[in-house]
Amino acid sequence: MAFEYAPAPESRAIVDIAPSYGLFIDGEFTEAADGKVFKTVSPSTEEVLSEVAQAGAEDVDRAVKAARKAFQKWSALPGSERAKYLFRIARIVQERSRELAVLETLDNGKPIKETRDADLPLVAAHFFYYAGWADKLDHAGYGANPRPLGVAGQVIPWNFPLLMLAWKIAPALATGNTVVLKPAETTPLSALFFADICRQAGLPKGVVNILPGYGDAGAALVAHPDVNKVAFTGSTAVGKEIARTVAGTRKKLTLELGGKGANIVFDDAPIDQAVEGIVTGIFFNQGQVCCAGSRLLVQESVQDELLDSLKRRLSTLRLGDPLDKNTDIGAINSAEQLARITALAEQGEAEGAERWSPACELPSAGYWFAPTLFTNVTQAHTIARDEIFGPVLSVLTFRTPDEAVAKANNTQYGLSAGIWTEKGSRILAVANKLRAGVVWSNTFNKFDPASPFGGYKESGFGREGGRHGLEAYLDV
Amino acid sequence: MSEKTEKSEKIEKTERLSVFKTYKLYVGGKFPRSESGRVYEVSDSKGNWLANAPQSSRKDARDAVVAARKAFGGWAGATAYNRGQVLYRVAEMLEGRKEQFVREVADAEGLSKPKAAAVVDAAVDRWVWYAGWTDKIAQVIGGANPVAGPYFNLSSPEPTGVVAVVAPQESSFLGLVSVVAPVIATGNTAVVIASEKAPLPALSLGEVLATSDVPGGVVNILSGRTAEIAAPLAAHQDVNAIDLAGADEVLAKELEIAAADNLKRVLRPQAVDYFETPGTDRMTAFLETKTVWHPTGSLGASGSSY
Repeated sequence: MAFEYAPAPESRAIVDIAPSYGLFIDGEFTEAADGKVFKTVSPSTEEVLSEVAQAGAEDVDRAVKAARKAFQKWSALPGSERAKYLFRIARIVQERSRELAVLETLDNGKPIKETRDADLPLVAAHFFYYAGWADKLDHAGYGANPRPLGVAGQVIPWNFPLLMLAWKIAPALATGNTVVLKPAETTPLSALFFADICRQAGLPKGVVNILPGYGDAGAALVAHPDVNKVAFTGSTAVGKEIARTVAGTRKKLTLELGGKGANIVFDDAPIDQAVEGIVTGIFFNQGQVCCAGSRLLVQESVQDELLDSLKRRLSTLRLGDPLDKNTDIGAINSAEQLARITALAEQGEAEGAERWSPACELPSAGYWFAPTLFTNVTQAHTIARDEIFGPVLSVLTFRTPDEAVAKANNTQYGLSAGIWTEKGSRILAVANKLRAGVVWSNTFNKFDPASPFGGYKESGFGREGGRHGLEAYLDV
Repeated sequence: MSEKTEKSEKIEKTERLSVFKTYKLYVGGKFPRSESGRVYEVSDSKGNWLANAPQSSRKDARDAVVAARKAFGGWAGATAYNRGQVLYRVAEMLEGRKEQFVREVADAEGLSKPKAAAVVDAAVDRWVWYAGWTDKIAQVIGGANPVAGPYFNLSSPEPTGVVAVVAPQESSFLGLVSVVAPVIATGNTAVVIASEKAPLPALSLGEVLATSDVPGGVVNILSGRTAEIAAPLAAHQDVNAIDLAGADEVLAKELEIAAADNLKRVLRPQAVDYFETPGTDRMTAFLETKTVWHPTGSLGASGSSY
């Protein structure tokens, strides 16, 4: 049973959201060429937070020209000077992290606990990490004096708006590229606040350009003939479309796409730790995580014990006001995403899987979905194959390690996987056979700027983070 | 087959007819003809007939993918040391059949014997170069990551899987070796499309591979019309990557678009001097990075238990 808590809301007074924002091009906030704007709402209340200029093809062209113009000087700066700009940015992010955490929670719907303890510390760390690389590129293993590519066109998703911005912008700037970045249409605000941080850091005009907008702006950016590098994080379907768009050009492409991660629990696993890992794996960020452990593969002999324990734990999760410091599960990012999750969960039931959710009261306004668990799931079920991108866990079982590996790998994706067992040799053997870019053993959903992240198969290609992350932005 | 009947008769004192070789594909460790029964004429640089080469079909391409997939687990799972020895064995076998390859390369590319010999020498040396890389690449591009937390964190390269290789059209042998060796050195398996107009050195390489302890299916060599064979490979859902070295601009774009359907890793065509010592990029193009985390725990409340 859930304990009663007094509300512990984080104050939103720390963040001052303007009624409207422009595009950030060449160091200035400006209106869209066609004057279009769109509203961004708080998914937990449906309150309109601000009205934001909506970039179109003409704005993309203007931003790419600004980035091109800035590239010459920026790429010619000594690495040690570029490093200092990035260190400044890292420090300002740290200084303003409370404000940015509240902002991100308002615009995205995720709990303040996550923005405060995960997103923002990782954002600052990412800039700090790549700042250090800027004057050490000769030693990165790509030969002497590796060159930047030029203008990077970057399109990022709404699930970790500022963190994905950091993953894209930090390595791009460290290596001497300039960027045009399009944040997702449901979460443009933290990127626009970041534009202000660039100004505070004294970053030269045009080095970073931010274009809030929809898919059409992203498509125009990716297709722009003067873009040298395309980096995209988002759905596999859009990733494939981008791959087709850049075919036959000289643009370098990296893609970080969908996943259907398997979390494998063996009979000798420490059950309580595994339960925590499963919860983190699928309910962190409401399951709106590309590397989520959305398939639980549990060894038959411990299935009952594990599921009892897991259901007990899910009953204690607190869903509600994302700004409340005790909240575990926040809002789904948009009505559209909620509809998709709802439809897939209904399909799971229709195909014969057994649905379970803890008793859980959903707020009347906003977009909410209760933590959901499906048992009796087979590999043929849609909920075992398609990425749901929501707080929905599909439980499958296995008898032997070979069966676990075969089931884990039976997917078009290959981003993440988890292994829970006390036996070291089994961890290494299974990790070796899993076709996934990140394998968490006896832990899950851990991230670090020094640790390369990215997928196998249709989860995309290229790595972000670590020395590996430099390659995407160098002419090597 | 390089010697022309007319010429042989003049040189040979006896009336003995030379034995022609039937050039065949190399798939799954065997030497089949094209399932289509088709062949096409291969000529030397002056237009003299050299042989009839198999003209592979879509079905041959798909069979080759099945063979390559079947071989992948074993080859990727072999120790790097073992793969190095196998690649070195290829160099040994090739060295022993140098004369044959010098003749075939001279005919195929219109080179003088000394120039063809330099090509074959370089190809032998290329196998040796990559043989030495198999057990070194993981240390060069992988390693421990110093994460900010109590975790062991290690990144290691792993082979991408089945790689389709459109071998260079002009450099029919050195170019071929230069694109195939890096693919298999790291544990991938390959389906190779030989140079369309000069496929004979490639088909003969199959005979060398078959006697070099390279497991059947690790390298599969097809001859025929490049565009006809490459299209089904680029669209194949069980191919993980494609090297477009031998595709022209138009074909390369078509293949890259088809390859997007299952997000194949694509190595675009680029100008390469195959006599130069290569870098590591042809290996890294077909490697994935896997990062494994594990908590490090602690030995006690004090953090140390010496």
